[in-house]
Amino acid sequence: MTENTADGKALSGNGRSRGYLEEKGFRSWALTLDHKRIGALYLYTTLFFFLLGGIFALLMRIKLMYPGQQIFSDQTYNVLFTLHGSVMIFLFIIPAIPSGMGNFFIPLLIGARDVAFPRINLASYWIFVAGIIVIMGSLLRPMDTGWTFYTPYSAKTAANVTLLSFGIFLIGMSSILTGLNFIVTIHKLRAPGMTWHRLPLFIWGMYATSIIQVVATPVVGITFLLLAMERLFGVGFFDPAKGGDPLLFQHFFWFYSHPVVYVMILPAMGIISEVIPVFSRKPIFGYKAIAYSSLAIAFIGFFVWGHHMFVSGMSKTASIIFSFLTFFVAVPTAVKVFNWIATMYKGSITFESPMLYALTFIFLFTFGGLTGMFLGALATNIHLHDTYFIVAHFHYTMVGGTVVGFLAGLHYWFPKMTGRMLSEKMARWGWLLTFIGFNVTFLVQFYLGYKGMPRRWAEYPPQYQSLNIVSTVGSWIMAGGILIMVSNFIHGFFRGDPAPSNPWKGLTLEWQTASPPPTENFETIPVVTDWPYAYAKRKTTGDG
Amino acid sequence: MNAFAQSSAASPSAWKIDAVFLFIAGVSLFFFLLVEGMLIYFAIRYRRRKGAEEGATSEVRGNFILEVVWILVPSLAVLAFFIYGYVVYRDVTSPQPGSSDINVVTGQFVYEFKYPDGRATMDELRLPVGKPVKLIMTSRDVIHGFFIPDYRIKQDILPGRYTYLYLQPDKEGTFDIYCTQYCGVGHSTMRAKLIVMPPDAYAAWKSQGEGAKTAMSITEKGKALMEKFGCLGCHSTDGSVKVGPSFKGLYGREKHLEGGKEVTADEQYIRESIFDPGAKVVKGFPNVMPTYKGSMTDDDVAAIIAHIKTLN
Repeated sequence: MTENTADGKALSGNGRSRGYLEEKGFRSWALTLDHKRIGALYLYTTLFFFLLGGIFALLMRIKLMYPGQQIFSDQTYNVLFTLHGSVMIFLFIIPAIPSGMGNFFIPLLIGARDVAFPRINLASYWIFVAGIIVIMGSLLRPMDTGWTFYTPYSAKTAANVTLLSFGIFLIGMSSILTGLNFIVTIHKLRAPGMTWHRLPLFIWGMYATSIIQVVATPVVGITFLLLAMERLFGVGFFDPAKGGDPLLFQHFFWFYSHPVVYVMILPAMGIISEVIPVFSRKPIFGYKAIAYSSLAIAFIGFFVWGHHMFVSGMSKTASIIFSFLTFFVAVPTAVKVFNWIATMYKGSITFESPMLYALTFIFLFTFGGLTGMFLGALATNIHLHDTYFIVAHFHYTMVGGTVVGFLAGLHYWFPKMTGRMLSEKMARWGWLLTFIGFNVTFLVQFYLGYKGMPRRWAEYPPQYQSLNIVSTVGSWIMAGGILIMVSNFIHGFFRGDPAPSNPWKGLTLEWQTASPPPTENFETIPVVTDWPYAYAKRKTTGDG
Repeated sequence: MNAFAQSSAASPSAWKIDAVFLFIAGVSLFFFLLVEGMLIYFAIRYRRRKGAEEGATSEVRGNFILEVVWILVPSLAVLAFFIYGYVVYRDVTSPQPGSSDINVVTGQFVYEFKYPDGRATMDELRLPVGKPVKLIMTSRDVIHGFFIPDYRIKQDILPGRYTYLYLQPDKEGTFDIYCTQYCGVGHSTMRAKLIVMPPDAYAAWKSQGEGAKTAMSITEKGKALMEKFGCLGCHSTDGSVKVGPSFKGLYGREKHLEGGKEVTADEQYIRESIFDPGAKVVKGFPNVMPTYKGSMTDDDVAAIIAHIKTLN
């Protein structure tokens, strides 16, 4: 394989240049103001916690292989599911795409040299690390409340809830700073000619995400402060024995934690909106519909938190209103799916690994979304709530959706980030095993939930055993896929073939500079004259 | 496969909720096949063949009519889901006529059931077939859940207030009750049984052995407590107005409050008025009642409520 520098338009130097990776040494990373390096730091950190959370999940599945399993105790299992949830949500899914890929690619995609506030950007990374250290400190007396911290249990348990919630408070602060930074960056630093309707759709997704982070995250921060005050000083906010209200905590918690679901999914949808047109060689279908549906999801997402509480003892009237509103989040989501599929119509489609992951996203997320219909409807919710049906549903949306979208992004942008190509063969094996393993693990859980098996159960009656064995075996297949994928990343990073500046022939701006990009991103700031999806090779009109 | 073999709908609530499930499943299956079908068909039909040049593709960037169609059609589908789900929800969360009350008190990690005649059972709820029941539930410590998979219904149980569940035991048998809200190390073994018995077997169980009457009935107890705590000094039981509203006909009535709001005097309201009398004062009455928090137990309050209900 020879280095291909011929097709780069704004390639600075030759393809051998290490670009922003040139400078070496600890200080050059720890004190960097380069958005690409900060993004890379976020990606390394979050990928580490993705693997750690995955190991917790594998241990949980081992515990659930048969009832009465005593390889480790029930309490260890309770700690494991809490750690799995907390690590995956707060240390992986929430920061991975927004802070990791967002940092790396927002300036590149809008033709800027950096984010608006590079120093705040660095600070937000180190606040994130401080939060992680505090959370690790809480492991001395590990938590067993689940990632949802419901009071009064969380106010009473001897575990280190206070420390963990303080850690999450810090991570929330980091999210807010990053979100603010992105909003200002997208408003002020777009390249000349890049009007709002020429923005890549990943930027629209990130914009909606940042708004949610800035508006919703303070609420969870305050909630955890109240919880800490209750635990430390005995102030009765949530414990009825002290005059508090346990449902108040659930309202506060879900007021943040439901919108944050869209912090997880909107950027992933943005990635899919980039990948599908590139590999279909067609303009994105319904650009405005996709862009505005991101804003619609972010907006409606603030008014549906009560659907987590239909059986909580909240008033029936509130349940009815929340159920009604919940269903209308489904509509802008469906609009996106239809537009992606319409983009493929009469395309010239190739199936490199980013496209395989993007198609998997549509496939699995559609399934996850449709199973959500059963949970939004009040009558079926009171049967399925808090069972494995819920577990399966949110893994289809969060893993089948967000994680698969994240992996699509990693495979798509790996050449740009590292200057090296991945092995396509290994990428496909990794994809295949992950896809099969994921479905084997979680498809059966819908049925387990319908049959009544509650979530967060260390023990279960024997009638649920056979499907639990299937699920556990599935988790091993999936782990095999992830292992191949990670080996591919490591191998590609050190030994991969040098990447051309534009291996997928993309039209967005990040492909118009070298791989990896130089520290200043572009030699000269590009001037934008068209939207980034003009992929059609021959113009025909009135077709389709 | 054991889980498949169990046919399990055992109550009208289960049949109705299963019908909603099937309706949503049917409509969703249509959309599922449509979307995944198009996805797979387009992926195969429009793939670029090996070695082929990049084919000509269309310049079309969107279609307004299509956007409107795929906004409207899913909107109608979800509206139908909402309405059907709401109608059945309202049905299965409303009291059945002629239902009797059973108090449920939970703590880590047990269920205690208190019957009207004063008996109590642990982790075992026995009901005669065909008689609807209202469960009045509260927790001693943290939040627990009450889930009967074969009835398709569940409700969280909260400390410091009542929540309710309405059962229609129309089929004899033994059914599982699971806790569905994580409540500590023993959560997964916090399970109970619902035993629905033929009426004569239930009557026999009631009159002998473990179920034998051991205490005065719950309403008798409530009456005694009312006298003991001096409630009747201010509240009459015959409709006459003293310092406070009369207990006669109190339960279930709409009350006009100071400040213009209205509230239905249900179990939750009466409980709150005993523990926090100033919270919702009935219009026209002075806010002078002292709190009984600390002096009355949850059991006392449940008994008093049961007695107030007999005064209707």
